[in-house]
Amino acid sequence: MAQAKFLKEADLAAWLGELAKGRKVLVPQKDGDAVVFKPWHEGVKPVLDRQATESPKKAVFPASEKLFRFSYIKDPENPGKVRVELEEPEKPEPALVFGGRPCDARGFLIFDRVYDSPKTRDSYYVARREATAFVTLACPEASNTCFCHAVGSGPADTAGSDALMTPVEGGYVLEAISPKGEELLKSPLLSDAGDKLAQAERVKAQAVESLPPAPDFAGSPEALMARFDDMGFWENASAKCISCGACTYLCPTCYCFSITDEESGMKGVRMRSWDNCMSYQFTLEASGHNPRPTKAHRLKNRVGHKFSYYPLIHKGAIACCGCGRCIKSCPVSVDIREIVTMAIEAAPTAEESAQPQGAKQ
Amino acid sequence: MSVIDELKSAIKAKLSELDLVIGWGPGFDPLHATPLFMRCEKDVDKLLWGPLNVHNPATYLPGLKGKKVGVVVKGCDSRSVIELLQEKLVKREELVIFGAPCAGVIDMGKVRRALGDLDKVNAVSIEGDNVVVTAGGKQHTLPLAEVAADKCGRCRYHNALISDVFVGEHLPPSVEQDDYADVEAFESQSLEERNAYWKREMQRCIRCYACRNACPLCVCRDHCIAQSRDPHWIGQGDNVGDKWMFQMIHAQHLAGRCTECGECQRACPVGIPLLALKRKLNKEIKELFDYEAGVDPNACPPLQSFKVEEEHINERGW
Repeated sequence: MAQAKFLKEADLAAWLGELAKGRKVLVPQKDGDAVVFKPWHEGVKPVLDRQATESPKKAVFPASEKLFRFSYIKDPENPGKVRVELEEPEKPEPALVFGGRPCDARGFLIFDRVYDSPKTRDSYYVARREATAFVTLACPEASNTCFCHAVGSGPADTAGSDALMTPVEGGYVLEAISPKGEELLKSPLLSDAGDKLAQAERVKAQAVESLPPAPDFAGSPEALMARFDDMGFWENASAKCISCGACTYLCPTCYCFSITDEESGMKGVRMRSWDNCMSYQFTLEASGHNPRPTKAHRLKNRVGHKFSYYPLIHKGAIACCGCGRCIKSCPVSVDIREIVTMAIEAAPTAEESAQPQGAKQ
Repeated sequence: MSVIDELKSAIKAKLSELDLVIGWGPGFDPLHATPLFMRCEKDVDKLLWGPLNVHNPATYLPGLKGKKVGVVVKGCDSRSVIELLQEKLVKREELVIFGAPCAGVIDMGKVRRALGDLDKVNAVSIEGDNVVVTAGGKQHTLPLAEVAADKCGRCRYHNALISDVFVGEHLPPSVEQDDYADVEAFESQSLEERNAYWKREMQRCIRCYACRNACPLCVCRDHCIAQSRDPHWIGQGDNVGDKWMFQMIHAQHLAGRCTECGECQRACPVGIPLLALKRKLNKEIKELFDYEAGVDPNACPPLQSFKVEEEHINERGW
């Protein structure tokens, strides 16, 4: 571990100015009543005292991304003949996500297993991922909706971050996590952390203490599979859900997309944009058949994907970072913690499981 | 007996005839109530009534057709039920409506502005005309009138306009008439200023369509033009043009049908003031047709009817 550094609160703007040379720096900032990640520029005061309304996932996985441009060119000799010209998008610019929380940075580890695996490498994703660094702020205190500690993380989790900032008296203690982070901490504005490091450790310990007891999600993959065909369970669990996509779009770990051709006349763009499993169109097949026709089917998929199907194929890793935005910003307060817990509690007991197949209901 | 106890016993008395009753119950923290689907007496015991009951339960009714449903309503929610009945989107014989007088609900946005954020609420109590919120160890006493939703300050329908069971004492209207002063103030700006305002507000839209799905009258839902590929009405890009286009279509579809319950705005996770768009169109509808949505079960919304000559549109005089 490299030496820990200290940044005075008064030098924050100057340091952001340095970091913004040659790269886009996304910081959480006020926009109406919301706190969203937008590029920093002189005069912007990052909002660091609360969790942002949205996650910074668009930094690496934009809400809409041009895969390529296309134009149809008519052959002047033979107007019946048309050829298609494709144009690659520009390479992503270097970026830094500053002031996200550990859950925000950790979210991309869930993306990585899907988009940057030995089997499949999504070049658009990988290019952005490599061009993006994370200076993450350790949470000094938990919110009502936080449950990072229930999914294998914590308020000072460094997984996915390049450097970790911890708020202490008069400024921040900065610790490099990766070589990228070490580079970022070379600024002359930063001094040796000295005894501030011990203060930072105390802040981290207090944050852990502020978390409510963690719900026990061990066994969620099997419990949710056991409830897969129990539509009564899912109708009950989804009764109040209005099947919008707010949870998925604010989620740091939801990575589904749709592809559309947005064309006008002879030109167009093939675009990849966020899609979400709460939408009817998500699994609507060309034939008109929809395997997930109701919100109960759709919510089952969202919870199942995060707490069952993903962990079952990724060595137990839960596809949720516990940021709680899906609960906090749900128009009707659907609570994913409650649904997973209900599934675990409703799972067949060992005795029931031991009965022969035919004896089960 | 208090309103809540009366409500609970009224619901329990009817429960056996119903598939379910929709009301409000405790959510993930003391500030957030959540829609409650009551199927047994134990569920009814969780029922809440008061200024935290921000949701409009009428939103669920079109999706429950064919079931016998009880619904607890505030005055504004009852207007949505009436509008759904007018449009034959729900059947009266399938509904049992429980009403009570509502003195107003709180606007989470206003509470958030007062507290900084809503993340650490430990306790909430209603003490007289104040809501007392304890968050992060600090107590905040917020006058209900200041943190109530704007719609409550101009409410003329505190009591359900339609109900099978009504409990409690009727409340007088907050104002005699809605003067649409907020809309007029906005209209006094130049077109460029108004355009710039909405462009700025729409920038942070995440296209989640919570506004649409929370709206009790937005009933196309699964077949909405917003996501249809064929026809491809609206591009899927992350740009203000397409986001704005959707809001314009949404607002037009609600003209003369919107009861101004404000669910679109309340549901928006990034706080876009969407109700203003609906109010602007309702102001036009009021001026053109002298019509108000969701007050008369026997009326027909003006844009769903046809008259050779409208009484309030002097076509021949133009």
